[in-house]
Amino acid sequence: MNLRRDVFQAIADPTRRAILLLVASQAMTAGAIASNFDTARPTVSKHLQILTECDLLGQTQNGREIYYHINAKKMKEVADFIEPFRKTWDDRFNKLESIMKQYKQKK
Amino acid sequence: MELKTKIHAEDGKQELVITREFDLPVELLFRAHAEPDILEQWMSNPFATAKVLKFEGKKHGSYQLESTDAQGKVVFRSNGVFHDFSLNKKIIRTFELENAPFGVQLEVYEFEPLTDNTSKLNMHVIYESVALRDQLLQLPFAQGLNMAHNRLQEVLLTLK
Repeated sequence: MNLRRDVFQAIADPTRRAILLLVASQAMTAGAIASNFDTARPTVSKHLQILTECDLLGQTQNGREIYYHINAKKMKEVADFIEPFRKTWDDRFNKLESIMKQYKQKK
Repeated sequence: MELKTKIHAEDGKQELVITREFDLPVELLFRAHAEPDILEQWMSNPFATAKVLKFEGKKHGSYQLESTDAQGKVVFRSNGVFHDFSLNKKIIRTFELENAPFGVQLEVYEFEPLTDNTSKLNMHVIYESVALRDQLLQLPFAQGLNMAHNRLQEVLLTLK
């Protein structure tokens, strides 16, 4: 159960969601992933470590390089992949609520 | 912070239920779903602007939406037909993403007053198959796949 909670924590972070998005298209080295962010390299490494620990990312050794790839099996679990979808709707509904509150005041 | 939006999606079923309580009277919650200029506002986000191309809010009426990126390029269009449009109570509509392999979904929106100033939305969405539902749920990731690399990078920068 502890592992599941970790997965939710992992995808709750926008940078980590962005990393998952990035490696969804192709396996990448830590350096290549980090080059997409302004964030310091150790910060990106920390994110990669968290994503790897909860099995959302897998690693493959290719010569001296380690490539990170998305762990499709893990992402397919409904409870996990539903979270970004829920976040999208929640953002949208929060916006709806704040817009309509203005209409309420206008009356 | 806990999200106010709840999603119930059982494994192996071709449907899902989205519920959310709003700090708004039911009339305003319904209006947000019934007036094109308001819909455009809350359906838009920092990397996509929603535009209502057509909206006939009545039984047998139809609608078409468009989403464009910061450069004004169309990211996707969607359309559907209203089967029920009952003021402050219920909207039943179909929804289809154009030029996408996800089929047509049936959406039942129920607007429920809780108090004079609070309300609840129940959204029941039924997909053509379990596989299609699961694919659509993964769309936040699939969208990343479809983006050209430079555009992907822009999105990533705004996510930070």
